[in-house]
Amino acid sequence: MSQEVLDSLTGATRRNIFVESWAFIRRWPVIPGVILIVLVVSVAFAPVLSPQGPLENNLRDRLLPPIGFEGGQWSHPLGTDPIGRDLLSRVLYGGRISIMVAIVAMVVGTIVGVTLGLIAGYFGKIVDEIIMRIVDIWFALPFLMVALLIAVMLRGDSNSSVAGTGAPTLMVLLALIVWSSYVRYVRAEVLSLKERDYIQLAKVAGASTFRILFWHILPGVINTTLVIATLRAGQLILAEASLSFLGVGVPPPEPTWGSMISDGREYLRDAWWVSVMPGIAIFLLVMSLNFVGDWMRDRFDPRLRQI
Amino acid sequence: MQQFIIRRFITSLIAIICATTLVFGMSRFLSDPRYIYLGEVGYGMTQERWDEMEKELHLDQPVPVQFYYWAKDVLRGDLGNDLRDNRALTPKLVEKFSATAKLGVVAWILATIVGVPLGVYSALNRGSTLDYLMRGFALFGQCLPQFWIGILGILIFAVWLNWLPAATMGDGFSIKHYVMPTITLAWLPAAGYLRFTRSAMLEVLDSEYIKLARIKGVSHNVVIWRHAFMNAALVPLTATALVLASFITGSVLVEAVFAWPGIGFFLVQAVFSNNINVIVAVILFFTALFIFVNFVVDVLYGFIDPRIRYS
Repeated sequence: MSQEVLDSLTGATRRNIFVESWAFIRRWPVIPGVILIVLVVSVAFAPVLSPQGPLENNLRDRLLPPIGFEGGQWSHPLGTDPIGRDLLSRVLYGGRISIMVAIVAMVVGTIVGVTLGLIAGYFGKIVDEIIMRIVDIWFALPFLMVALLIAVMLRGDSNSSVAGTGAPTLMVLLALIVWSSYVRYVRAEVLSLKERDYIQLAKVAGASTFRILFWHILPGVINTTLVIATLRAGQLILAEASLSFLGVGVPPPEPTWGSMISDGREYLRDAWWVSVMPGIAIFLLVMSLNFVGDWMRDRFDPRLRQI
Repeated sequence: MQQFIIRRFITSLIAIICATTLVFGMSRFLSDPRYIYLGEVGYGMTQERWDEMEKELHLDQPVPVQFYYWAKDVLRGDLGNDLRDNRALTPKLVEKFSATAKLGVVAWILATIVGVPLGVYSALNRGSTLDYLMRGFALFGQCLPQFWIGILGILIFAVWLNWLPAATMGDGFSIKHYVMPTITLAWLPAAGYLRFTRSAMLEVLDSEYIKLARIKGVSHNVVIWRHAFMNAALVPLTATALVLASFITGSVLVEAVFAWPGIGFFLVQAVFSNNINVIVAVILFFTALFIFVNFVVDVLYGFIDPRIRYS
């Protein structure tokens, strides 16, 4: 049977390529996905892609504007800062730190949060009560300020075993923000899962509590976890940028997006691009993460609509 | 109702006590607060002052005893001294709070009068170009770092166009000084209000009693504003906790960008000068404010929606 006959029988109309691809773009997160992949890949390959090292400076090339503005040079596509460091390199290397910190914090926070959610939901009673109260109290604390307090406490004490602020401290601070957002949703999921027959059967078969929790229940909460993780990822990047902006992130001269924006404030009059470029990078990353997160939520777990 | 209020009050009280203990513990267990004044970032300190501080902060006692002394002072309204000039913190915070409150209240009004009506409009014209525009506007609010919005504003309106002042609160009440900080602070909450109102309106408009009202011949405006909106308006109220949290975090960043002489800016300065007492006092203040507002909202909600009281 030819295609035309088949189409007329099934009532399908063959649409042209533009309509098809538009439908595809609407259905799948193509654009944000591409932006996300391009950003992550270029940041991961920063040493290959950047024109020069992030700390290398050349005073003769100071305050060059980006390409497209008078005086812009192709050797410095995004321009240079007041001491002649290449902005593209700094944005790429800064993104490396920001994204790495965010990923580690996300993984650590997710493991802690999901485990607590599993425990609270499965054991119930007093354990559940204690964990949920802790989560409630944690929600009442202003995270940003608590993070500032911890960062100051750690950096001030030269005798402390934890060495000052830096990427590891920042990871812990951000993980502290992440974990609490999982507990409630995972717990709710576990409450319904643990009543299912297969869990009861696993118990009868003599499976250990550990095995039931991590082998039988955990796969059931993976969807929820993934959706929350992607939706929270953008906020995590923003939190990291805010902390760096306030001066408690990875210490200079190492570039991070937040601290670059903060440094650029002094030169707004002469060199707006120093502050603007890292901001655009943050915006693109957070926006694409949010889009992908929204899409994943609609696809995998539409019940989470309110977060 | 009375029982409901008492129960909520006790839970709030417990939350405040636990949060306070946690914050105080962090400020003592993580390291000796005195070390922070030494080293390259410190102010330099003589041995006498070092010993004196041990007495003042009761550092020679175990941490729970320190907490007891500290909590006793806090209950009397004494948040300790600013370690920089050794003056009492409470009057300072009260003074700075007025600036923060002015900024916050103006921004909150702005967020409400922008977010809620646009949310209603967006829901009524679902799928229209304007609906997409509104959602784009909300999306920007969620994806742009707040401090960067502020800096862009300074760049465009202060540096390039020279229309608005770049920073500070100005003398007396000058509207020009309020424009950029309030818009920067209000954007994210406005986006939140818009999204919450929109989804609540969509849900309510889909319900049976709205259809019945329409069949009955009630006029369009009455259906929208009296029947639908009155019910949908509860949802922005439940979002208060989220909105308030974003205001508290946002005020720190916005005040840092615009050098607004409020509590947030005070906190940022304290972070740069390692002023632990100030940081602890500010956290305590905002936590108490957050829990108190949530308590009030819960009670209000109990009045409006009787179902909550018995759950």
